[in-house]
Amino acid sequence: MAILVVAEHDNESLKDQTHKTVTAAKAMGGDVDVLVAGKGVKDVAAEAAKIDGVRKVIACDHESLRRQLAEAMEAVIVPLMGDYDAILAPDTTSHKNYMPRVAAKLDVQQISSVTGVESADTFVRPIYAGNAMATVQSSDTKKVVTVRTTAFDSAGEGGSASVDTIADPSGPFKAEFISEELTVSDRPELTDAKIVISGGRGMGSGENFVMIDKIADKLGAAVGASRAAVDAGFVPNDYQVGQTGKAVAPELYIAVGISGAIQHLAGMKDSKVIVAINKDEEAPIFTVADYGLVADLFKALPELDEELSKAGY
Amino acid sequence: MKVLVPVKRVLDYNVKARVKADQSGVDLSNVKMSMNPFDEISVEEAVRLQEAGTASETIVVSIGPAKAQETIRTALAMGMDRGIHVETDDDLEPLAIAKILKGIVEAEGPEMVILGKQAIDNDFGATGSMLAALLDWPQGTFANSVAKDGDSLSVAREVDGGLQTVKVSLPAVVTTDLRLNEPRYASLPNIMKAKKKPIDAKTPGDYGVDTAARLKVLKVTEPPKREAGVKVEDVAALVDKLKNEAGVI
Ligand SMILES: Cc1cc2nc3c(=O)[nH]c(=O)nc-3n(C[C@H](O)[C@H](O)[C@H](O)COP(=O)(O)OP(=O)(O)OC[C@H]3O[C@@H](n4cnc5c(N)ncnc54)[C@H](O)[C@@H]3O)c2cc1C
Repeated sequence: MAILVVAEHDNESLKDQTHKTVTAAKAMGGDVDVLVAGKGVKDVAAEAAKIDGVRKVIACDHESLRRQLAEAMEAVIVPLMGDYDAILAPDTTSHKNYMPRVAAKLDVQQISSVTGVESADTFVRPIYAGNAMATVQSSDTKKVVTVRTTAFDSAGEGGSASVDTIADPSGPFKAEFISEELTVSDRPELTDAKIVISGGRGMGSGENFVMIDKIADKLGAAVGASRAAVDAGFVPNDYQVGQTGKAVAPELYIAVGISGAIQHLAGMKDSKVIVAINKDEEAPIFTVADYGLVADLFKALPELDEELSKAGY
Repeated sequence: MKVLVPVKRVLDYNVKARVKADQSGVDLSNVKMSMNPFDEISVEEAVRLQEAGTASETIVVSIGPAKAQETIRTALAMGMDRGIHVETDDDLEPLAIAKILKGIVEAEGPEMVILGKQAIDNDFGATGSMLAALLDWPQGTFANSVAKDGDSLSVAREVDGGLQTVKVSLPAVVTTDLRLNEPRYASLPNIMKAKKKPIDAKTPGDYGVDTAARLKVLKVTEPPKREAGVKVEDVAALVDKLKNEAGVI
């Protein structure tokens, strides 16, 4: 069996979600190749070649792939699939965008956001905001799978796969990139961070998130949010943690002024340790919290900042 | 421009799903069902396009059991013109849904199809992009804003790093994200009016597509339970626990 893993990268560096997806692929059994599609991706391809257990890296380097638009990704991947029995990609927005296109073109039902690989054709995936786990067996000849990377460990380094370059995708495409507004931050990415601190509607305003930022900087944490905080315009959309935002599973998740709706829990309940700070002792977030602090966040956050300083942070 | 909006009837977002004891699925008897929230956003967007004079006709389609008619009526009460109900009791997978939708697109000739980015029951997040691929149309997924500009659409998309704007030529598929708009509530007069709007009755067979399931559900189980921990007295106690008990800071 041959499996193609599509790399997550930003044309400059390879993201760890790729290593985690390789682990999921290995659990299916078979040879694992990695596709690096982008622009100026020589270094990224070289990094991918070092992932332990990768047979070969396929690089496709073209302007139309710089932002990995769905139409161009489909054009690169579908012709390659003659050689593969399965394709896996992390369930980030870039891959969620084109993977169903690939599946439809191959006449395959995609298996989305798997958290477990039982065998080459059987997978576990959360449904209903993670309130149920479905074990599904695919009868399609090829498998198209997106991977909830927080559920898998990273494949190690130490490999030395060859890098093949393939021809450019044939355009023109009916979609073009116009612009982007990316959130600039020196903090770790939400899905990678060891510690995440998120704020909810209780934060009251975007300015008040400064209190969370300060603590995040002390702890080297990423900052997240509930949907309500995003909808209210306190923070950008890419902060949203939950069923329909990002799934995170850090060592420590601190929820501040977040009630703990089903949809929010779906994105963070696999965190190792959960802390909740909420003034309502009945808030559902406390039912999943290892440590709950019933307090007004406007008092608790400055105190936390100070206690951390005292503790040497 | 004709606009088509597919909608799904799902377990209401406020209801926590209960797994059946025999592990065959989620118990949907005697629970509140509603329109998938992302589909409400799609309906709202279509109605706004019509109010702005951009859409000439708005058609809502639902593929599902008899009760899916209620969901279609909700969309009609929000302002859509007419409905199509493709009746089936099978819980069809996104690929089968996309194939039926392709048949509807070919019959109706819309220039734009607006779908939710995911259904909150199965969480596949696949139907919109699958439809686009089957039609060889471009797509603007996870839309935060949509503007028509001549014979193309400018779509700002909610992506992991922030927002990305793409231009797609029409016809095109758009999938909606949470911030695209705030769906309206249907007014009583509009609910009454919606009762008179036409709904075409169809079956999957009318579109001649194979809708057999590709995924066999072996079992559906409860996720691992997380026990509530302890309440701490104050911030100092919290920091102490995190450092010395949990060892996470
Ligand atoms: C289709 C759909 C998808 C969704 N997807 C997501 C998703 O991905 N992620 C997500 O998070 N939500 C999602 N939601 C929304 C979800 O249902 C909740 O509405 C949302 O999570 C609530 O956010 P919140 O907890 O910040 O706000 P609220 O529920 O309003 O809670 C605010 C909390 O702050 C506390 N508080 C207020 N002031 C203070 C204070 N001074 N000190 C301490 N505590 C205080 C309150 O006690 C309360 O518990 C989705 C909803 C739908 C319908």
